[in-house]
Parts: sequence; C-alpha cells; structure tokens
Amino acid sequence: MKKVEAIIKSFKLDDVKEGLNSIGVKGLTVSEVKGFGRQRGHKEIYRGAEYQVDFVPKIKIEVVMEAKLVPEAVKVIREKALTGQIGDGKIFIIPVEEVIRIRTGEKGEEAI
Amino acid sequence: MNTGDTAFVIISAALVMIMTPGLALFYGGMVRNKNVLGTIMQSFIILGVISIEWVLWGYSMSFGPDHGGLIGGLDWFGLNGVGMEPSASYGTTVPHLAFMIFQCMFAVITPALITGAFAERMKFSSFLIFTLLWATLVYNPLCHWVWGIGGWISKMGAMDFAGGTVVHISSGISALAAAIFIGKRKGFGHTAYIPHNVPMTITGAAILWFGWFGFNAGSALAANGLAANAFVVTHLASAAAALTWILMERMHRGKPTTLGAASGAVAGLVAITPGSGFVGPMSSIIIGGLAGMICYGGILLKARLGYDDSLDVVGVHGVGGTWGALATGLFASKAINPAGFDGLFFGNPGQLWIQFISVAVTMIFAFVMTCIILKAIDMVIGLRVTEEDEEKGLDISMHNETGYNF
Repeated sequence: MKKVEAIIKSFKLDDVKEGLNSIGVKGLTVSEVKGFGRQRGHKEIYRGAEYQVDFVPKIKIEVVMEAKLVPEAVKVIREKALTGQIGDGKIFIIPVEEVIRIRTGEKGEEAI
Repeated sequence: MNTGDTAFVIISAALVMIMTPGLALFYGGMVRNKNVLGTIMQSFIILGVISIEWVLWGYSMSFGPDHGGLIGGLDWFGLNGVGMEPSASYGTTVPHLAFMIFQCMFAVITPALITGAFAERMKFSSFLIFTLLWATLVYNPLCHWVWGIGGWISKMGAMDFAGGTVVHISSGISALAAAIFIGKRKGFGHTAYIPHNVPMTITGAAILWFGWFGFNAGSALAANGLAANAFVVTHLASAAAALTWILMERMHRGKPTTLGAASGAVAGLVAITPGSGFVGPMSSIIIGGLAGMICYGGILLKARLGYDDSLDVVGVHGVGGTWGALATGLFASKAINPAGFDGLFFGNPGQLWIQFISVAVTMIFAFVMTCIILKAIDMVIGLRVTEEDEEKGLDISMHNETGYNF
C-alpha cells in the first residue's frame, strides 16, 4: 500500500478529484496548505507599501491506495493538475505500513 | 424652536455616533488578526470614556461662557443649565441638549482617529489615560478657539464648518507625535504588516461615508439648503477622491486596490469637512480629487521619514485635513454661505492666510500638547506593552480574548 501525496494548484482540485474517482480511488483527504518551491511567493501591495509574501496557498491531497494503482494515479494527477506554469506542484509517494478502519477493525487493503 | 431642525440634528448626532464603531472596523481590518480586538476596543470604548467626560466638563470647556478667547468656563459643568430649551448662541432653533449631544459625537471620534497611529503596541490603561487627557487638554480648548463664541481663531475669521482643524488636523498631527514618541512596532522594516481583513476595512469605510453625512450636513444645525449643499459636496468629494486614489495606485504600483478605494473615499471626506458649508459642488470635486492624490503622497511620506504611523492617520487625516482647511480658503464662496467669507478664487486672497494661520496654530498646539501628555504618562506608567505582549498580540495580552475561534 502506498500513500500518494500531491501538492497542487487550488483551482485544479475538482479536476484531480474526478480523475482519481474515474480510476477507482474511493476516498481522499484534502487540506489547504501554504508553502513555497520554485514559484517562490508573490508581492502584495497595501497603501503603496510592498510586501513579499513567501508562502503561496496550495491544496494538498492525500490518497492511500493499493501499490498497483499508483502509476495510473500519478498519470491522472499529472494530467489533471498540469497548467505548464511554474508552481503546478509535486507528487510524493510514501509506503504505508498498515491501514485500519476504525468502525470495523478491518486491516490492510480491505480497509482502504 | 424648530421641529424640523431638531429632528435633523438629533438624527445627525446618531449618524456621527455610528462613525466611531465604523472607524473601529476600518482600523480593525487593517491590523494583524492578533490585534483586531485591541484595535476595535481603542475606538469603541471611547464612546464610553469621552461621552462621560463631555457631559461632565468637556462641553462646558468647549462651548461654555468664554474666558479671554481661550477656554469656556465650567458654568455648564455636568450639563448645568443645558436643557430642552435652545441655547442663546449655538443652534438657536434646536434644544440645547440636541446641540450638546451632536457635538459629543465629534469629541468621541476625534481621539479615536489617533489610535491608528499607535495601533498594535499601546497599553490599554495608558491609552485610556491618554484619551481622557488629550480630550481635556487638546480637543476642548481647540474646539473652543474654533467653534466657541468668543474663541480667538473663530474671531480671526477662520472657517471650519465641520472640523478640519478641530477634528482632522488635531488628530492627524497628534498621531504624528504619538507615532514618533511611542516608536515603531516590533519587527518594523522586515515584518509584513499585512491587513488581516480588508472586507472589514471596506465595511468600516462605508459606515464612515454614511455617518459623514451627519457630520457635515448636520453641522448646518438646521434642515435647510446649506445642509443639502453640505450633503452633496461631502458625497462628491469622497467619490472623486476614491477615483483619484486608485488612479494614483494604477500609475505608481500597477494595480488599483480596494483598500486604496476605501482610503481614498475617507481622504475625500476628511478634505471636504472644513469647507462643506462654504464651497459648491464643482469645487468639491476638485477638492476631493486633489485630496485623493495628495493623501496618497501623504501615506508614502512615512516610508521616507521612517516613523511607524501604523494605519496612516497622518497621511489621511493630517495631510487631508490640512489640504481641506487651505482649500476652504481657496474655494469658499459667499454665494454658498453668506455667513462665511469668499476664498482666493472668489476674490479674497486674505482668507487663505487666515486659514493658514489656523492650520499652523492647530498643528503646533496639538503636537506640543500630545508630546507633553505622552511624556507624562510614559514617566508614570509607561506607554508600550512589553515585547512579549506585543508578540502575543493585544487581544490576548490586554483583553484575554481572541477575535477568531475556528
């Protein structure tokens, strides 16, 4: 089992979610996050004073899935989150030791 | 007694009252979220402090029987003799109480304006004492000089319809003194003091704009043509200034901002205040339009000069009030108000000089007195919160609460 974590542009969330649904992903977790990468921040101007805002708002998606689904999931996320501009985000793939469904106690792939 | 005038002045007093909570939102949105309540409180609680001060001694010091052109006597202490009958000299067609409470709202908002200069770093206790002393030692005498019967600036022939000198220059220059005296906020120069809620600030600006109709039109103290003229010029100046401010932003920084539109609107309202009962609608568009540009320059000044006037009281009220008082000496016309004087553009160049003197006197008096008051408070209990409290924010450190709990 793997966890796929993707940092994406906020307005791409719906596209990515639908793409993942279509390949059989049954659930995902979304958070609003802030950070910076190559895009760095942006400037904001209030009453003529310019401020550099280092952290750009992004969306983080976390999905746990069977390992064999991962290549397809990555493909879908890349396809749906792509604008071609700097700041499109990143995908991280992390091994998952165990998954337990709280309600029933099921474990492993059953519980995903 | 005139029932129409009475109704109008009472409603106008209520309109001016709502400006202070409006100012609280205007300022509250511009600070960081850890200081939103501390900042709102510094305006809101003045409704408490100064309303009581005003009926006890403030009104009498400002409008009571004149002593040497300098101060009103305490004959009207605790509203002694101020009742339902009109006064002999002020607003003679409305109950004396109505005039008194209308003026009370002006006395309330003026020190609230100053709080923008020391936002995010002043101790609540010191702020309360400062407000009380400032009202007593700066506002009341100045109010008497400019508006009191026998006041020396009024006798000199200076025109200030609704408070360019008394309200805006006095608060703007006191704000400058306070910003310099209290010092910069922690992290000045490298921390981004980004407004935490611009929609709150816009809401506040809208309330100010609305309330200002009571401020300026109400200053006619009668439901008449002059009030209508004041209403119209107030609206037009604000409209023009909002436009020119965002035009300046567009040229200087590339994008027009909503905060800029709100700031411009307030700058226009400030600038038209002293002339609102003396200038016509077309003049008001020029006064407001130039106010948007001049005050935009005014707020850039602080970066050059290096003082931390957190919310630009100097740039908007000090600079805008000064422009407005001088503009009154340019654009005033007896065709609008026969009780006033013509300005430079209407054939009376001497008026500009008189306006200039009234501005200069107000500035010097307010600046010096504010420094003395701050020095005295600083020596006794200190002005600033501790560094740790400043870091935590005024909401928690001064009031044990937070503005937002999600």
